[in-house]
Amino acid sequence: MSTTTTTDARGKAPAGERVADWADGRLGIYSLAKANLRKVFPDHPSFMLGEICLYSFIIIILTGVYLTLFFHPSMNEVEYTGSYVPLQGQLMSEAFNSTMHISFDVRGGLLIRQIHHWAALVFLAGMFVHMMRVFFTGAFRKPREINWVFGFLLFVLGMFTGFTGYSLPDDLLSGTGVRFMEGAVLSVPIVGTYLSFFLFGGEFPGGDFVARFFAVHVLLLPGIMLGLVVAHLILVFYHKHTQFAGPGRTNNNVVGMPLMPVYMAKAGGFFFLVFGVIAVIAALVQINPIWSLGPYRPDQVSTGAQPDWYMGFSEGLIRAMPGWEIDFAGHTLVLGVFIPLMIFPLVLVAIAVYPFIESWVTGDKREHHILDRPRNAPTRTAVGVAWITWYCVMLIGGGNDLFATHFHLSINAVTWFVRIAFFVAPVIAFVVTKRICLGLQRRDRDKVLHGRESGIIKRLPHGEFIEIHEPLSQEQLHTLTAHEQYEPVEIGPKVDEHGVERKIPASEKLRAKLSKNYYGEGHQIPKPTVEEFKEITSGHGHH
Amino acid sequence: MSSQDIPEKNLPTAQDEHGAAVAVADEENPFADPGLPPHEHRIQDIDERAAKRSERTVALLFTTSMLATIGFIASYVTIPIDQNIFVWPIGHISALNFALGMTLGVALFAIGAGAVHWARTLMSDEEIVDERHAIEATPEVKAKVIADFKQGAKESALGRRKLIRNTMFGALALFPLSGIVLLRDLGPLPGTKLRHTLWKPGKLLINQNTHEPMRPSDIAVGSLTFAQPEGLEEHDHDFQKEIAKAALMLVRIQPDNIKDKQTLEWSHEGILAYSKICTHVGCPISLYEQQTHHVLCPCHQSTFDLADGGKVIFGPAGHALPQLRIGVNDEGYLEALDDFEEPVGPAFWERG
Repeated sequence: MSTTTTTDARGKAPAGERVADWADGRLGIYSLAKANLRKVFPDHPSFMLGEICLYSFIIIILTGVYLTLFFHPSMNEVEYTGSYVPLQGQLMSEAFNSTMHISFDVRGGLLIRQIHHWAALVFLAGMFVHMMRVFFTGAFRKPREINWVFGFLLFVLGMFTGFTGYSLPDDLLSGTGVRFMEGAVLSVPIVGTYLSFFLFGGEFPGGDFVARFFAVHVLLLPGIMLGLVVAHLILVFYHKHTQFAGPGRTNNNVVGMPLMPVYMAKAGGFFFLVFGVIAVIAALVQINPIWSLGPYRPDQVSTGAQPDWYMGFSEGLIRAMPGWEIDFAGHTLVLGVFIPLMIFPLVLVAIAVYPFIESWVTGDKREHHILDRPRNAPTRTAVGVAWITWYCVMLIGGGNDLFATHFHLSINAVTWFVRIAFFVAPVIAFVVTKRICLGLQRRDRDKVLHGRESGIIKRLPHGEFIEIHEPLSQEQLHTLTAHEQYEPVEIGPKVDEHGVERKIPASEKLRAKLSKNYYGEGHQIPKPTVEEFKEITSGHGHH
Repeated sequence: MSSQDIPEKNLPTAQDEHGAAVAVADEENPFADPGLPPHEHRIQDIDERAAKRSERTVALLFTTSMLATIGFIASYVTIPIDQNIFVWPIGHISALNFALGMTLGVALFAIGAGAVHWARTLMSDEEIVDERHAIEATPEVKAKVIADFKQGAKESALGRRKLIRNTMFGALALFPLSGIVLLRDLGPLPGTKLRHTLWKPGKLLINQNTHEPMRPSDIAVGSLTFAQPEGLEEHDHDFQKEIAKAALMLVRIQPDNIKDKQTLEWSHEGILAYSKICTHVGCPISLYEQQTHHVLCPCHQSTFDLADGGKVIFGPAGHALPQLRIGVNDEGYLEALDDFEEPVGPAFWERG
């Protein structure tokens, strides 16, 4: 009580303060709040992407808990007797039966199911776009590399949580997806058959996978993800948020609004906005209508079978791959399935390791808190766009039947397009993106040196027409020239300190080559120097 | 130069003395940081009536939320679960789902909109500045931690008493084996289970639609029929497992059009029986092009030529569809003459 400063008429602190005192004595909350209550967060629309992910994750947990109250994770066959007439008398697993019960006989059950599924799609889409935001602005640089990896793991685990989740109702579509997974597991050399038998408790489909997927879906993966989310957020707080360059914003400060009250209201409010929008979508747009798909039977299928969007790229891999099968000393090497199975993690890892490659190329060990504009890191931006292009080509491959039917194309032509584009499209995207970035850099340079094109044409006394360029304000000049530019690393001296010719390691040569392609001449446009600026502006006013 | 060292001159701060480090605007450097621009007041900051309006807007939004929640409860109680309504442009949808979702959505959205509007119009929008501090520890702290660690390591004598260290590593490395061993009973060993199906000599082919055995005359040229082995019932405990291997498709082709000799031999009067399970990753194949005798898997578009031994002619499948040898029994019903000669469905290591 000795620290109490405010007292009411009777000499007692207000109730709230007394509760806080009590908690402080046990948890040390004052010290915790000192650094965080008025913590500053910078503002930018793209910073909301991560929030969308966090909130949809919370929505998924809340609705998921509700669904477990009604869902029976069992594959025992029962006869359907619920209120959906077309399926009455059908044999189905208890999992499917209870999902039907949730959808047709529990009031609001369908809504919660649809919110759960929609929120999952939003969660994965949000993570994808958030990851790209972090990538293109270089927010992954020191000290945030570990948080990048945490975020990446969340994305990958989210994919598998989604897959195990939509497989639970044991409907015709998801069962087909599980069968695909069985085929993929079987393709693993030497141990594939054993893995499959252990996974399914015997031959596919067996009677176990729903219960096993259930444990993975509601306990194992979300448990790990919850831990990663907490760690991710703690690191965001600890590192303080990045910000874009601008007047008053440096690498050593963070400019914005305080957590209390502005961000508590804005971020807290945003949770309700996201939840509200997803609830409205769930009210209006049907998702995964298992009743029109029917229960799973391994000998039945429908056309146009598609996984949820985030698994689509793996579907594309498996569809585009030629059916290679090799006889290897009396054994079958199912390369047509196994190679896609191996490329699947490689696609993901390719983007995950990028920050470490870039930091190796630059050799930069300083902290970075000012975000890059994508144009100012042309090679990085080009790598990112190439990766997204690659991913989208695979997505197109995953929906090759839909592209064929909707655009009246031959399925063979679409598949061949994907096979070729898988190798070619990322290269084209890389080159084009880098050109665009360099063009935008040139435009920024012109803007700084010559001012903004005003659109006003003036005729001079001697008849010449000129366009008036308005000089930029100091704020704009600073913002457009605040980015850093590296110089390419060169290979070290050819001789060592004793004058003996030394062997240059291949890694050093590689780095010099990469560095030249990042920062060499023609790979970035030098930003205007003060001298250039003064020479132009001190002259004859324009041009 | 080792691969980890980069001379300072390549890093931007060394090459550019006009960088962000210069904080004050001056004549010398037009690109210098001019510092935070002055705060501009919003209308709510200077006009109390505008602030009042904002307050009422926020209150209205919160009130809307309350009403929507009451609407949610009212919908839950009053709307029957099986009632459908027409909502343009979506069509006929569940009335209860629509009402609950919309009221819940509005109740939540209004809270969010109210909070955000409150923050944007009435809470201070003056930007504040926090300093960042280096994350790396100071050399003193680092030295202290390393000294502590060395002290602890020395007191543990882990480095000196190698016997303890090695046996401890051994114990820690071995005990997870128990966990792996425990996973053994997740499932039985594969054995030859994937090589056999329910088909065997004399098994009748049962039409999956009529559940009756078939005579050759039941199968018209150009038709596609699905069949399963006699004795397999949907109620059977292992129906799913068995049908996943035994599912059969029957097509009838003019014998002249059958290109492959063995295909012809294994058929009966042009009736061909193939495994319905795709050899790619196990989807049931079901799209039959009667003119070309091609069959396409709807999952990954592997295409097989049924007139030519089920050969793969497009797509990701790695080998032909297994054909079942069929004939007719004494009563004239179609029957299997054997099990499949090779495993059906996706390929695996032991397939050979």
